[in-house]
Parts: sequence; C-alpha cells; structure tokens
Amino acid sequence: MLRGLHARKPVQLGLALLVGIAFGFLLQKGGATRYDVIIGQLLLEDHTVVRIMLSAVVVGALGVHLLRSMRLAELHPKPGSFGASVVGGLIFGVGFAVLGYCPGTVAGAVGQGSMDALLGGVVGILIGAGVFAALFPRLSRGVLAVGDFGDVTLPRLFKVNEWVVVLPVTALIVLLLWWLHGVGA
Amino acid sequence: MDFLAASRWSPYVVGAGIGVLSWFTFLLLDKPIGCSTAFARTSGMIEKVFRGSKVDEKEYYRKFPAEIDWEWMLVAGVFIGSFLSAAASGGFAIEWTPARWVAAFGITPVARWGVALAGGFLMGLGARWAGGCTSGHGISGVLQMAVSSWLAAISFFAGGIAAAMLIFRVIAG
Repeated sequence: MLRGLHARKPVQLGLALLVGIAFGFLLQKGGATRYDVIIGQLLLEDHTVVRIMLSAVVVGALGVHLLRSMRLAELHPKPGSFGASVVGGLIFGVGFAVLGYCPGTVAGAVGQGSMDALLGGVVGILIGAGVFAALFPRLSRGVLAVGDFGDVTLPRLFKVNEWVVVLPVTALIVLLLWWLHGVGA
Repeated sequence: MDFLAASRWSPYVVGAGIGVLSWFTFLLLDKPIGCSTAFARTSGMIEKVFRGSKVDEKEYYRKFPAEIDWEWMLVAGVFIGSFLSAAASGGFAIEWTPARWVAAFGITPVARWGVALAGGFLMGLGARWAGGCTSGHGISGVLQMAVSSWLAAISFFAGGIAAAMLIFRVIAG
C-alpha cells in the first residue's frame, strides 16, 4: 500500500484529474458520451455500452484482485440494502433512459458540445442530488434501511476465497461478450 | 498518431483501458472510480452560496462534505478528456437535439431540454439513493464483486430498458 502517496491530498487531486481526463477520452472514443448510443443500448439494439462496461469489469476485476492479493490495494465495496440498491437503482434506471446519459458520461457529453447534457442533464442531476440530501434524514431511517446487508461482497457472502468467485465470473463475462460479438448485436 | 484522430475505438479497447485505469485508482489513490458524489457535493456547494455554512450541518453533507474532492476532480477531468477526444477527431459540435431524439420527436430543443432536466432529476435522486452510478456501482462495484453494486447495476438496466422501451416503442412508436 502506497500510504504516503494516499495521504498527500494535492497530489491526489492532480492524479484524479489525470485519471478523469483519460476516462473521459476513452468514454468519448467509445461512443458512450452519445445519447444515441446509450438509448440504442437500452433499446437492446446496440450493445456498445455493455461491451465497454463488461470489458472494464473483466480487466479491472483481475487486476484489482491481483493488487489485493499482493497487498498493494484494498477493496472498497459500497454498503447496500434492498431499499437503497434496488429502489434507487430503478429510479436511476428510469432517469438513465429519460436523460440518455449517466453522471459520468453527462460530463463527457458536455465536453463534446451536447447542450441537452449541460442545460438539462447537469442541472437536473444537481437538483435531484440536492433533493436527496434534503430527504436523507427521513429516507435513511425508512426505505434505505429496508433489507440492509452492509458492504458484503460475493466471496464473503459465500465464504470462499475471492478468486473462487473472480475467475469463474470473469470467464463467464468473456463468454457473454464472445456470444454478443457472435450474434453481431 | 492516427488513432487519436479516429472518431470511434473498439468498445473492448475502451473497456480494457477503463479497467486498467481502475488498477491505477486503487493503487495510487486507494479509491474506486465513481462520479455521482461529485454532483451531490456541487449541489451542496451551490446551496452554501445562498444559505451559508449551515448547509454543512445537514446530515447528508456531514457524510459527504460539500467541497471539492478527488471524485470532483475526476468528473472535471472527464469533461476535459471528452473535449480533447472530440476535438482530436473533429467531432466537437454544439448540439441541442441528438439524432435519435429528432428521429422520434422532431427538432424540438425545448422539449428535449425539459425531458433531459426531468431525467437528470431522477438520475441525481436515484444515484444518491442507490449510493452510486453506472461507474461507481456498474463498473467499480461490480469488479469488486460487491453485492450492493450487482443489485444496483441490474436495477439500473432493468429500469432503463423498461423506460426506454416505453418512450421509444410506445410513446413515440
């Protein structure tokens, strides 16, 4: 673990900007910053977005778990509950289809000149996030606490070594990508 | 350097590149890639302009302080990186209504703006409700095999596919 580096905040902010620039460059080159591509994905006509996400998951999962096995990185799984992850996820999903961008790609869409992303998307997300912050005290004692399971991961849930999950899951994702490629979708 | 000027790269190359970026964020920053808390923090920063420091006392902003953090810098970088990519390929263009919208609803920029605003509202609300977005849950959380992220990512696409089918196959159909 590079703890000295992690504690240096200005360096962290600078590195984050560089990672963001690379991330935005990749998202734009992949077409994921385009409304037409995201809507095509949600209509199941063009699987570009899923191909990008699943390729990232395969490469990321193998590398990050290897770093963890070498004690160079720690995992940071987010806590969740059915009330938060599923209900929030469905609200997000409807927003995903209505907006046609997500919180990362909306910033990229603004960078390529999409005004609906700037004046509609960014402004809407800021208002939605602000409303959530206002509702948070009530929600956190209500729906967000329903079916709470904490920050558990699949390996911990099944009480197995992480590679017992990571290797078969990444292999299955590669097969799924291969199949999607084969059917030309 | 022709590849920098290409308008599209293979989705597998792009995805693998994002996967490699996630190695670097875990190693160098001790953080998974994510985008949506940057919007929550910005919302709090804007509220502070009008209501002052009592905004910091809100329960949510005690958890996620309304200030510039690494994720905020990451989202700023996404904006810059996408601009550089679009500029390198000659793809930068001011656009009010995307082609797919025009095909379904005509050249209606005000309607598109209103719908994007409503969609953004639901997305901002849903992202903070679920505790992450397509990158924080959909990529970073899924690659960590987090149960919360697998459930959230499946819900993103279930809600998104249902709503997109309703909008484009029923309403516009």
